[in-house]
Amino acid sequence: MGFKKYILTRVVTMFGVLMATLLVTIALVGSNMDSILKQSVAFEIRQQITDNKALVENFKSPEELDSFIVSQIDQRIKALGLDEPWYSPPRLGLTMYKILILDFGHATFLTSDSGSSNVKDILLEKLPRTILLFTTATVIISLLGIFLGALSGSKVNSKLDRMTSTFAVVSSSFPVWWIGMLMIFVFAFAYQIFPARATPLIPITDPGYIGALLYHMTLPLITLVLIGFGSWAYLVRNFLIGILQEDFIMAKRAAGIPERKIIYTHALKNAAPPIVTVLALSLSGSLGGAVITEAVFDWPGMGRLYFEAINVLDLPVIIGATYVLTAFFLASIFLADILYGYFDPRVRTG
Amino acid sequence: MSLSSREMWQEFSGNKIGLVGIGIIILLFAMSAVAAVTIPVETFKEWNNPASWITFPKSSLPAWVNYFLSEKIPEHKILKNPQTASQTVGEVSIISHGFVVDYEYDSFPSDFIYEYTARYTGTPLLQISVIRPDGVELKLTSTSLPKSATETSYHELIFSTDDSVKKNLRKNAEHFVFPLDLLSAEDVVFSATDTNKVLKGRYVFQVNLYSIDSHTAIKDSKFILGGKIYGLMGTDELRRDLAVGLLWGTPLALFIGISVAVGSVVIGLIYGVFAGYKGKKTDEALMRFNDVIYAMPALPLLIILAVTIGNSIFLIVGFLMIFGWVGIAKVSRSMAMQIKTLQYVEAAKIMGQKDIKVIFKHILPQLLPYTFASIAISVPAAITTEAGLSFLGLGDPTFPTWGQILHDANTFGAAARGLWWWIVPPGVMIALTGLAFVFIGNAMDTIVNPKLKR
Repeated sequence: MGFKKYILTRVVTMFGVLMATLLVTIALVGSNMDSILKQSVAFEIRQQITDNKALVENFKSPEELDSFIVSQIDQRIKALGLDEPWYSPPRLGLTMYKILILDFGHATFLTSDSGSSNVKDILLEKLPRTILLFTTATVIISLLGIFLGALSGSKVNSKLDRMTSTFAVVSSSFPVWWIGMLMIFVFAFAYQIFPARATPLIPITDPGYIGALLYHMTLPLITLVLIGFGSWAYLVRNFLIGILQEDFIMAKRAAGIPERKIIYTHALKNAAPPIVTVLALSLSGSLGGAVITEAVFDWPGMGRLYFEAINVLDLPVIIGATYVLTAFFLASIFLADILYGYFDPRVRTG
Repeated sequence: MSLSSREMWQEFSGNKIGLVGIGIIILLFAMSAVAAVTIPVETFKEWNNPASWITFPKSSLPAWVNYFLSEKIPEHKILKNPQTASQTVGEVSIISHGFVVDYEYDSFPSDFIYEYTARYTGTPLLQISVIRPDGVELKLTSTSLPKSATETSYHELIFSTDDSVKKNLRKNAEHFVFPLDLLSAEDVVFSATDTNKVLKGRYVFQVNLYSIDSHTAIKDSKFILGGKIYGLMGTDELRRDLAVGLLWGTPLALFIGISVAVGSVVIGLIYGVFAGYKGKKTDEALMRFNDVIYAMPALPLLIILAVTIGNSIFLIVGFLMIFGWVGIAKVSRSMAMQIKTLQYVEAAKIMGQKDIKVIFKHILPQLLPYTFASIAISVPAAITTEAGLSFLGLGDPTFPTWGQILHDANTFGAAARGLWWWIVPPGVMIALTGLAFVFIGNAMDTIVNPKLKR
């Protein structure tokens, strides 16, 4: 199997996963959503008709008015296609088609900070913030991790190595959001350096907004880095140790190449494929965990949006956010797969 | 790869970290047993019912903080076992309950409450007075219970903030050199007479019930002295005793962690081995499905599942299994592919043994050490994921977990308000439980994969 075919199968699988995830989401929230929509349609029409005094006076009895309202509601429900359940092929097909062309419609309850209820607007407003926070964190974590990992991998069983390993195991046992709460306690209560809530209070149109956002980002960023770089260093260390046992490193040592050069050029280069893969995977993992992390710090990104949407069952937003989260998740897994396949030809034959 | 259980234990007992892990887990099981024995599960199910915590103090520090403070904070006391006495003088029978309070704190209590249930006929008279360390006796209340011709049961709470209590105290103004008008009842009762400072020593709160009916009785007599510290772990904003929540969280976390880990490892193992053993089309189809589940974003879907289907603790265990088995299936598939080429498996096949038998008798036993290691390693992830869901408020409200305690803490802004005793212990427990299993898992891993040793 060639590399092209390998990529093709991956693309097809990923697309299948994306569709499957969306289908599962729609299946889970669909029936709830239908009843909510029907109720709001009925309410809206009743309001419209009773507000229209001239129309109401035409009816002789309240029963007659009532039956008129009911027939109007039925008409509207039929016009909207709500008379059929969410899983009827035409409706499901339409929903999926709209998602495919990135038309998520309008949110039922939530709005963006600038007041738009278009799901695309909301997502485009929140997404950059999540990317800003989590990519920055991942970049810092991987740089710190690779440096520390190389250092401790080259001095196995030294004090530094033991400290790194212990820190890695301990830090990865704590939930990120709990460390977040502790950080808020320390830096927002005990020493009032950073704000406890990461949503800036000034309006989004203010020129100082970006600066305020960055300042509010510091505490979540420190937390993510603190909890993340330990396990990274441990991982890099383990890859490095594995490679330092290989014959070609022995040969280089025998040839008299300085240990430092062996580690930082030859060994790290060979450890790169798995490291890059893990980098992509950890980015996607942290995006998935964003829901909780953003809830702790009240960071106004995708994760918090998702959680708010779930709480009020705002289906268009849930689907839009699931789509974007899944797409990013898949993109990073895909990237990891491709990179691994590129670096390590053995994988391609699967 | 195959190791007898004795060999495994021999290697394991040489691993210090693994033993530490075992030690912590034994401790956690002991805590679970203590919780089950000392705190009835009914009490625990009342966790989210504010009415059952009404006598507890609000957001109070653990009691042991007083050891580190020079200014002692008054401890919240719930006195349930009074010294009882009864006597009959002529026609009148007197029931007296005495509550002894050794008050050695540096500030006034926040309030005091007397709660009782009386059974009587007629109109008994209830009197409460306090005898102070300096010998002064202050009358707090004197009230007759509602008249009843038949035997009746009457439940009442007498608060220090009641006007009658204040009025009665003002009558004792001659004992004090300062005016009492603006002071609350507890500030007068526990005050020295020359200045308005705390008078330390032994206070006796005496409750007397006078009645002409000899069948009169007081039940559930409770005296509550309001303070700002309570119990081993303190209380939260909703007055709940955190020690109860933390203690009961232990068996729940162990249950969730272990059942999810065992469930997903068993599913993953059988799935993976079956795929690897069968190979070809079956393998291809099964692994594609595996890829799909593997690439789904677990947390968002878990949240949707919990919101739409339900959040009972058993459902959540099931949901976590859905996403837990995938990685194990991948690894056990590749292991099965190696094992099936071994001669004895081929021999079994040639002898005409059924696939099921080959898998369960010849392949799965070979994977047993790996299985145990992966169960131990899967536990922490299950516990933290459940804690995360609970933290978002999606946990089972009838069985509150450590994650839910933290959820409540976050809702009430505990971190920004400095209520550390509400935040630190649940997180430490989550991490400790996770660490114990990681230690054991890593120790077993080094036995199973000798390559990791160095």
